[in-house]
Amino acid sequence: MRLIAQVGDWFDRRLQLAAPIREAAEHPVPRNTASWFYVFGSAALTIFMLQIVTGILLALIYVPSAGEAWSSLQALNHDVTLGWFIRALHGWGSNFMIAIVLIHMVQVFLFGAYKFPRELTWIVGVFLLLMTLGMAFSGQVLRFDQDAYWGLGIGASIASHVPIIGPAAVKLMLGGPIIAGATLSRFFALHVFVIPGMLIGFVGVHLLMVLKLGINEWPMPGRLVKKATYTTEYHELTKQDGAPFVPYAIWKDLFFAAFILLAVAACAMYFGPFGPTGRPDPTIIQTAPKPDYFFLWLYALLSLLPPSMETPALLIGPVLAIIGLLLLPFVSGEGEKSWRRRPIAVLTVMLTAVTLGTLTHLAGFTPWSPHMNAWSGDPVPEKFLHGISALQRQGALVFQVKQCRNCHSLGELGGQRGPALDTVAVRLTQGQLIRQVIQGGGNMPAYGKNLSPAETTALVSFLETLHPAGQSPARDASRDAELGVVPDRQNSSQPPGSP
Amino acid sequence: MSNENTLSRRGLFMKLGILFNGLVASALAVPIVGFVLSSITRGRSNAYLSWVPLGSVSEFPEGETRLATFRNPNVMPTDGKTVDTACWVRRVEGEQFQVFAVNCAHLGCPVRWFPQSGLFMCPCHGGAYYRDGSRASGPPERGLFEYLYKVQSGLITIQAGELFTPGASASLVEKKPPCV
Repeated sequence: MRLIAQVGDWFDRRLQLAAPIREAAEHPVPRNTASWFYVFGSAALTIFMLQIVTGILLALIYVPSAGEAWSSLQALNHDVTLGWFIRALHGWGSNFMIAIVLIHMVQVFLFGAYKFPRELTWIVGVFLLLMTLGMAFSGQVLRFDQDAYWGLGIGASIASHVPIIGPAAVKLMLGGPIIAGATLSRFFALHVFVIPGMLIGFVGVHLLMVLKLGINEWPMPGRLVKKATYTTEYHELTKQDGAPFVPYAIWKDLFFAAFILLAVAACAMYFGPFGPTGRPDPTIIQTAPKPDYFFLWLYALLSLLPPSMETPALLIGPVLAIIGLLLLPFVSGEGEKSWRRRPIAVLTVMLTAVTLGTLTHLAGFTPWSPHMNAWSGDPVPEKFLHGISALQRQGALVFQVKQCRNCHSLGELGGQRGPALDTVAVRLTQGQLIRQVIQGGGNMPAYGKNLSPAETTALVSFLETLHPAGQSPARDASRDAELGVVPDRQNSSQPPGSP
Repeated sequence: MSNENTLSRRGLFMKLGILFNGLVASALAVPIVGFVLSSITRGRSNAYLSWVPLGSVSEFPEGETRLATFRNPNVMPTDGKTVDTACWVRRVEGEQFQVFAVNCAHLGCPVRWFPQSGLFMCPCHGGAYYRDGSRASGPPERGLFEYLYKVQSGLITIQAGELFTPGASASLVEKKPPCV
């Protein structure tokens, strides 16, 4: 033991770090901040370190070349001992990191920790969030598969919308006129050198400020932040009711960090690595690219926005959101910290969570996308074909062959882009059906040029059979009156005569 | 010790040193910025575009739309499979063609052709186009991008080399007015 102490002394005489480290470790924190609510920052840091370690390990095998990246990932998955596990750790670590950073941010927001004098800590934190998202996107590109290739196309398409510099931004992003080797190389540089370097620097500043300014005290309803008095009040609080950070508060951080690492490892072990999906060959177009989990909400939003709203929403929305986050500590730098007395803050968090959650959920089953194989893969359910005439059956065939199924479901099979047609005959009369098929409208293409009159007649006569038993199909009452037809209340599935 | 208002010899040297570093840094900045922006500056005046062959006209039956692939004119040794690109070729009649980019005009996903219904459909956000490339439905704001083409001695060639993006002026056929 004496030898260890001597060696330690030898180093410290030269480094002179022991005293500042001890001071930092033992700095007093308000007693009630030793809480399970205060563990997310250190957990994010822990996962960041896991990402650095696993990232370096992956770089031992991974080849950042468009020609070989995909095969090197396959080698990691299948040939290199435990390569799959390191990939899985890195992939799951990425998901956990975004989740923990977001939770940390919500906690800081709800506890008013961004208020005076911690404004800059919050601002640096906003940049840390953006860099974390940048790491997630560039990491998805490095997993150079079909999703990455077409995802880059989507990124380029979004970038191209920027006024004036759009086309230049696309070429700068892709490193050339198309998605190719240079594109992957520059995303590798971003993911491995540029963003991590910035992250390390910003994390350092973020932590330094936590040490210098002290951990945010537990917010008490009615205890208001005033710039003039806050610092004195905080120091009195830590003096009267403080405890050294080590070991009083740190044990919870340690437990939670270990628990999170274990959770990442368990997910990695159980679910395995992400992809890669198909080979990034641009000539294979039978693919429906999808972003990674934390960008699914954006994917959903891009599908649901009306075309005219898209460019402004894409370009102005994120800028406004970032400016809003950066200005937050200046707009409400003083006053109430407790979430119990900040209903708008709580509502903002809930609204954001519900919005992002709903969009992510929708992106899970993409009701706006045509099912490209429904016309050949999902047959018309039998119950719709029983007891119908030859013409109507012919119509069912037309319905199938003309890819109507890709967008319209029958018996819950088929696309959801358009409305389900199980009971369409109740909603539309014969004339309306014909017009809708021929002219389209309401987000449906016009089929007039692609259906012969015979096919249209057959198709519409089949569609007219689609109504619940015992419920009449829709009829044009004015025409009935004109022709003197008395509507038959017990209408069977027989269609009325042709017009 | 020097007076605050007078410049000492060492103070002058420090300032000269800073100036010297500034000069060297700006001189070095020229090639560095030039390198970083090279992918943009090279693209000026359509330097990326060239005519590439798609194949013999006889490979494309009249009235049909077929998938064709071509090799990009600018190739780097690390490009791998990404040097090849696909496009949809519609032979209207005779030597009249339409060559569409596979990229949806919404956000660039690959559209697929369905000859039975005469529609291009996009798997991502549900954009659809008619056989002539015009917009049928969904989020795209315009029709499919078209390559310029020419037919010479039975061979069809297209002008290619740049990714089509909806906001960019990369559209060769439908030139948008420049932003004001």
